[in-house]
Amino acid sequence: MNALFFLVAFPLIVAAILLILPKGMLRNHIVNISALVIISASLYLLATNYNTGPMLYPADYPWIGEAMLGIELLIAAYILYASLRSQKYLATILIILQSAVIIYFEAAYAPGIEIKNNVFIDQLSLIMAAIIGIVGSLICVYALGYMKDFHEHHKEIKDHRNWFFFVMFAFISAMFGLVFSNNLMWVYFFWEITTICSYLLIGYTGTHEAQNNAFKALIMNLLGGLAFAAAIFYLGSAPSANGIIELNELMTSGKAVALIPAVLISFAGITKSAQMPFSSWLVGAMVAPTPVSALLHSSTMVKAGVYMIIRFAPVLQGSLSGYMIALIGGFTFLLASSIAVSQSNAKKVLAYSTIANLGLIVACAGVGTYEAVWAAILLMVFHAVSKGLLFLCVGTVEHRINSRDIEDMGGLIVRMPKIAFMMLIGIAGMFLAPFGMLISKWATLRAFIDASPLVSPILLGIIAYGSAVTVFFWAKWMGRLIEVTQVKKQIEDKVNIEEWLALYPLAGLTVLLCLMFPLVSSTLIEPFILKIYNHAAQLGQDNVIIMLIMLFLVLVMPLSMLYYRKERKHLSAYMCGMTTMPDMRYTGALGITRELALKNYYMQNFFGENKLYRIGTALCVGLMALMFWGILYGEVLI
Amino acid sequence: MNTEQILSALAYVIFAPILGGLVAGIDRKITAKMQGRVGPPLLQPFYDVLKLFEKEKVVVSRSQNFYVLTYLVFMAFTGALSYSGGDILLVIFALTLAHVFLVLGAYSVNSPYSYLGAERELIQIMLFEPIIILTAAGMYMVSKLTIEGGSFRVWDIATLTTPVILYLPGLFLAFIYVLNVKLRKSPFDLSTSHHAHQELVKGVTTEFSGSTLGRIEIAHWYETVLLMGFIYLFFGYNPLIAVAAIIIIYLFEILVDNTFSRFKWPLAMKSAWMIALILGLVNLCALYYVKGGSL
Repeated sequence: MNALFFLVAFPLIVAAILLILPKGMLRNHIVNISALVIISASLYLLATNYNTGPMLYPADYPWIGEAMLGIELLIAAYILYASLRSQKYLATILIILQSAVIIYFEAAYAPGIEIKNNVFIDQLSLIMAAIIGIVGSLICVYALGYMKDFHEHHKEIKDHRNWFFFVMFAFISAMFGLVFSNNLMWVYFFWEITTICSYLLIGYTGTHEAQNNAFKALIMNLLGGLAFAAAIFYLGSAPSANGIIELNELMTSGKAVALIPAVLISFAGITKSAQMPFSSWLVGAMVAPTPVSALLHSSTMVKAGVYMIIRFAPVLQGSLSGYMIALIGGFTFLLASSIAVSQSNAKKVLAYSTIANLGLIVACAGVGTYEAVWAAILLMVFHAVSKGLLFLCVGTVEHRINSRDIEDMGGLIVRMPKIAFMMLIGIAGMFLAPFGMLISKWATLRAFIDASPLVSPILLGIIAYGSAVTVFFWAKWMGRLIEVTQVKKQIEDKVNIEEWLALYPLAGLTVLLCLMFPLVSSTLIEPFILKIYNHAAQLGQDNVIIMLIMLFLVLVMPLSMLYYRKERKHLSAYMCGMTTMPDMRYTGALGITRELALKNYYMQNFFGENKLYRIGTALCVGLMALMFWGILYGEVLI
Repeated sequence: MNTEQILSALAYVIFAPILGGLVAGIDRKITAKMQGRVGPPLLQPFYDVLKLFEKEKVVVSRSQNFYVLTYLVFMAFTGALSYSGGDILLVIFALTLAHVFLVLGAYSVNSPYSYLGAERELIQIMLFEPIIILTAAGMYMVSKLTIEGGSFRVWDIATLTTPVILYLPGLFLAFIYVLNVKLRKSPFDLSTSHHAHQELVKGVTTEFSGSTLGRIEIAHWYETVLLMGFIYLFFGYNPLIAVAAIIIIYLFEILVDNTFSRFKWPLAMKSAWMIALILGLVNLCALYYVKGGSL
């Protein structure tokens, strides 16, 4: 219990200190040390609780409910002011509606509800806490170096780093709070904090574009927040619900009670995890400094969305609404992966791949069988680490080569060997056997086959095509990185120490997780699944051995480079007999010296962003309508 | 893993290149006959590869050979995994991994023709993948008819007493359609082919020579045998029919190779994806809905 309290309170205190200290005094030390503390604390929590099963705590501090309501209203007032000032009236309307719902609930129903346990912990929260603690803190350390460079590169942007780090740590604190809360009112409170934090971070640079995108994120998430508030209101007001607003009780109360709030909260989760048609806010969020993107994409924000949907997966299982959620996730996976093919901006590729992978997690959670939930949690873990690593790599590269275009990263293995190598690990982690995401995709495929005749064929088609395009866009990125070009100058030495401090552990973790995934699965994920479904999924020992053999081969094969490094005859590439200089310049028509330029395929005609986004919006809005309509039907018996 | 499996894997690693090379020799003989030539001796592919290993070692970049070696190792691994009865989904993923290494090798040399080949090889992976994944899913569904809970294991599927082909005719046709992608035959010899093409030179393999090129050829033999095993899975209920089917289909693919010109990549991709969607997915849907009760 103390560890839980510490993980929520400590980042908050650090945040406050960082805000107050003038001119970033001691900032580096404070951030480094507190990152270490948070990582240790979340590992300690993991080590002491992994086999204890769900634990509930009352955590009934005096005035805490009132304090939360007060902070919620303050945030609402701030949003009201900001939206009026920026003339974003949609946000104004949404925040007024949302606050009205919550205030009415507090006045009319809350006094009659007695809360037994506000806080709880089980294996899923432990996994989430480890992700938030480790990946989140490393990103904060990285941000130290990155933001220093950032403000040197962008003199026009005012240096608000105190504020920046305050919000980052507050964000982490809120995420811890979210995954430990059992009382839905508390979950809602932390949910709203993550919304406002992401709004503040996306708008950090203060440019017009950043402001617009921040509001886009805010509006979409407020819409989700409204659904969340409605779920709480329903639980308070409906006679059948009997005022159950504790997660553990809600999960055991049966579908008749839990389905409506589950669907509403899943809708909130869909907005937060940027599923179509709400995907545009996450794509827009890349205007923020890279550590923000890394934080939003890997360990916080979007993971909060899928976390809630996974929590409600057992309720969604076998219901029409659940299947519609699965299809929304599935089509988002397919379309977002396809859009990624047509993008050359590295951050945009990463953004769409995040949306796609979250789609897969949502699809699994919507299916809700024990195999599917198992796959969903695996996906979440592996994605957090690889994606965090990739964003940080792209951020570092961007500051060195002044571009985030994949086409400009040609020959990075020569110019920035270490970073390029880590990027390769990250990318391999996203799509190649035997790395993490592929293990999860495999589990997903197996889960989809057995889901239900209603949705299985569609989901199978989605994953078959989706993984095909995934291979395409990642492999061509890898290809650019490993080109051996003649540019000899290494530009890696100027990378900040803080950036290395975050990059090495994350790269190591990506590989280590692949080695340890049987352990992670058997000690954390399987007990969690077993507790809920009385069934546990696993890959089978034979397959695990084969995966490990593959991993071993992948790690050992580079040693052959030692042999191939020996002196051999070098020739330049075949150029049809054209006289070519070693740096691949040649004399073209009319005697003009030209440089060889190679570019990847982007297939705009097939995978154009606008076209596919429109299709996705239409499709997912339709599915969403069916999702709400499905509440009437409850269980589908096929 | 038991001894039987390890022995099968070893047998594959040792004998598959021999069988694959022989198939290549027969292939060249038949192709020559179709074109009114005499053709090379049966063992010519072996002579070719042996000679390649005697050539001078020449590279464009030092790292390039590493990728090809890894390609070969993973191709052999994939086949061994399949012939030792491993999980069919893992086989598919390992196959993709092997091909990605070949693509990376082609990228690493920074040469225009191999670059073009690498892009096209990726497109070929992209058009092959949906069909093979759906096929694996279909086979699992069929295995559910006789095996409690179904099985993804290649041996379980190969020894099914139910004729898989009768349940998966659409997927089988779709598989035959894209088989030439992996056999590197027309109309899908986009990324590289057995013959040089003017705009492509040798595509993916342009910058590889000598023993490295020999390794690519051996990997290709491994793959041929692996694919034949895949055809076998459709007919596992009767080994004789299965072997006959493999021979007929291979002859058919040679005929297609000699009668079709190469597709452009958009046509290749669109047609393969449409066929996977129409034949493959409809086949799967039918399996789910018609057999819904017993599956």
